[in-house]
Amino acid sequence: MPVMRYRDALNEALREEMERDERVYLMGEDIGVFNGAFKVTSGLLKDFGDKRVRDTPISENTIVGMGVGSAMLGLRPVVEIMTINFALLALDQVINHAATIHYMFGGQARVPLVIRMPQGAGHQLGPTHSHCFEAMFMHVPGLLVAVPSTAADAKGLLKAAIRDDNPVIFIEHEYLYGQRGEVPEGDDHLVEFGKAAIRREGADVTIVGISRMASTAEKAAKTLSQKHDIEAEVIDPRTLRPLDLDTILESVRKTNRVVVVEEGWPHGGVGANIAALIQEQAFDYLDAPVARVTGADLPMPYSKPLEQIAYPHEPQVVEAVLSTFRDL
Amino acid sequence: MGTEAQEMTNQDLSDPDVARAWLRSMILIRRFEERAGEMYAKAKVGGFLHLAIGEEATIVGAVQAMRDEDYLISTYRSHGHALARGANPDNVMAELFGRETGVSKGRGGSMHMFDFKNRFMGGYGIVGGNLPLAAGMAFASDYKGLDEVTVCVFGDGASNQGTFGETLNLAALWNLPIVFMVTNNQFGMGTALARHSAVTELHKRGDGFGVPGVRCDGMDVVDTYTTMREAIRRAREERQPVLVEAMTYRFRGHSMADPEEYRTKEQVAEWRERDPIVSFGRALVEQGTLPDGEQDQMDQEIIKRIDDAVAFADRSAFPPPESLYDHVYVLEGDSDSWYSVDERSAGVHRGEEERNLPASARGPEDAYRDAVTVAEREDATAPKPTEEAQGAPSTAESTEQPAQGGNG
Ligand SMILES: Cc1ncc(C[n+]2csc(CCOP(=O)(O)OP(=O)(O)O)c2C)c(N)n1
Ligand SMILES: [Mg+2]
Repeated sequence: MPVMRYRDALNEALREEMERDERVYLMGEDIGVFNGAFKVTSGLLKDFGDKRVRDTPISENTIVGMGVGSAMLGLRPVVEIMTINFALLALDQVINHAATIHYMFGGQARVPLVIRMPQGAGHQLGPTHSHCFEAMFMHVPGLLVAVPSTAADAKGLLKAAIRDDNPVIFIEHEYLYGQRGEVPEGDDHLVEFGKAAIRREGADVTIVGISRMASTAEKAAKTLSQKHDIEAEVIDPRTLRPLDLDTILESVRKTNRVVVVEEGWPHGGVGANIAALIQEQAFDYLDAPVARVTGADLPMPYSKPLEQIAYPHEPQVVEAVLSTFRDL
Repeated sequence: MGTEAQEMTNQDLSDPDVARAWLRSMILIRRFEERAGEMYAKAKVGGFLHLAIGEEATIVGAVQAMRDEDYLISTYRSHGHALARGANPDNVMAELFGRETGVSKGRGGSMHMFDFKNRFMGGYGIVGGNLPLAAGMAFASDYKGLDEVTVCVFGDGASNQGTFGETLNLAALWNLPIVFMVTNNQFGMGTALARHSAVTELHKRGDGFGVPGVRCDGMDVVDTYTTMREAIRRAREERQPVLVEAMTYRFRGHSMADPEEYRTKEQVAEWRERDPIVSFGRALVEQGTLPDGEQDQMDQEIIKRIDDAVAFADRSAFPPPESLYDHVYVLEGDSDSWYSVDERSAGVHRGEEERNLPASARGPEDAYRDAVTVAEREDATAPKPTEEAQGAPSTAESTEQPAQGGNG
């Protein structure tokens, strides 16, 4: 299988879907002439022209709203928001319109819109550019939410997102853009929404890792195996709406212990939600409380050492797993 | 710079002390920015670093037209605004270094400078986000019956946010003492003005909102000063918000990782010909206000001053790990501080107890220490950045380095 970077896999997905379907067009700030703030749309303006690759003014709420309107008339817009924090300016259009229109008008109109954007800490971008908001979008009925953590999933999920008739919040990760991974060949590589990936099998504990934290969980699993004789099963849900709860429950019924790892805030987070679902549906199988590892409960600091201790690293995951084996 | 313009100024530029102060302020910004760029190459500074080289006259012209009690608010390109308002270069540099002695105690970084004492009300990372804040500040001054004016600086690109129209309308409707200053440097990131704005004469955009607009030469500190002075006077005395469009250009990339494929070298060279510091300095000599050679001497002093700022920043401590939760909530004054800061355990966590948390409540100490080690690897005061450090901000293969190609 060819190996490519996460950002190039995304680029390929966009390219293939634009070739396949003329209704697909791209909109966003500096995606064309500048080739994208994170270079995901590199070369697409040159190859597809400015009818289909549109540099926009800095007007997040309006470009997302235009995405919604044009999707209602059958186009398939892919809107890039430069960084997930800027999507906050467009939340009105996302929640009041994109997520709601199909329902509100009794199913007459559809919004096949994709909003792509990166999130994540670690690059010292400070308190207005570093957050993780998957939990917030996951909260909203009517949206689909994808959080790909590998190059293959980035490509397969983005292609599936573009083909889906629902609005999709497609959350990339700044740290992952440069990461390489194998990607199946051909232009028919699709990843179904609502299908988790088991990154590693194990019988002792289940670790659910969200977005970049899937790879942090995998690292922790290796350490647990080498140093603590604990075999962890690592699950990457890949999409949070729909959530493949079955795969998680099946694993929990086997391991009886679970740790959820995410980069976002603890209150009302993805882990809080998954913990609630597990205790509702597999309470009897739990040998320990569901543990969570989350980002710190604060705006992200700029200062490098502080930032480093404000989002989760492998040792915290190891520690959380060990805690599920204590005090029983 | 015409003599006519000079006659209108309060500050008499034929007074060598006044001329010196303006020139010094512009050179300070220039030299500060240059060193900040070098420190970025040495990985002393992280994140996004936006320099205002070429735009110094817009900053100094505006600030010189303000009174001490007025408020200035700006964007993520605001080291210069903080300095011109009187922030200590030591603390501005320390902020870039992420140190406890920084103006925002290392929490904000380059994009989020702040200096309440000098009424610099902040740089903001969200494009267009500062306009409503500025109107709120002007509203507060008005509400309190004070004579203060707020000057709100933003870019040409920001004028396309909804907040632009919404804020101008409200400011005019409520007669707020505010001056909107759009620094039209011809680009929003890599998007040229004509590719992002249907009406490219941005000062004309105020008309429909009841905010009269004027244009000034943002490469000419005197013209900028004169225009801003009149705008501020109208805002203060007539309660008439004004939109000032300062025509300018950034000589460097949008931020540090900018290949600048969207503009020609010729265009950059053309604008560099109009360097605001060179032209102002030359004019002062020609007019006999300053003796030839004084500028060079001033420059040398400033370079030394910036050296000191770098040394200060480099020897300043990072915020300690136990300060991670400081400033999330107000703990002093009227606040009862009985809220829960997080949900680690049952009961209400008192914010002031956060510093006593066990280290296990934070990320690994190793990660903290590694970051400090990396920051200390280079000597900030050594003359040239090493190749290794230069590569650091853009190598994003498997280490936790900034995303390659990242730019914002
Ligand atoms: C809401 C929001 N959208 C996008 C960005 C990314 N961004 C940062 S600066 C910038 C360009 C702004 O251009 P302009 O307003 O002209 O200011 P300049 O950088 O030229 O000083 C963009 C798009 C942001 N920080 N905030
Ligand atoms: Mg601009």
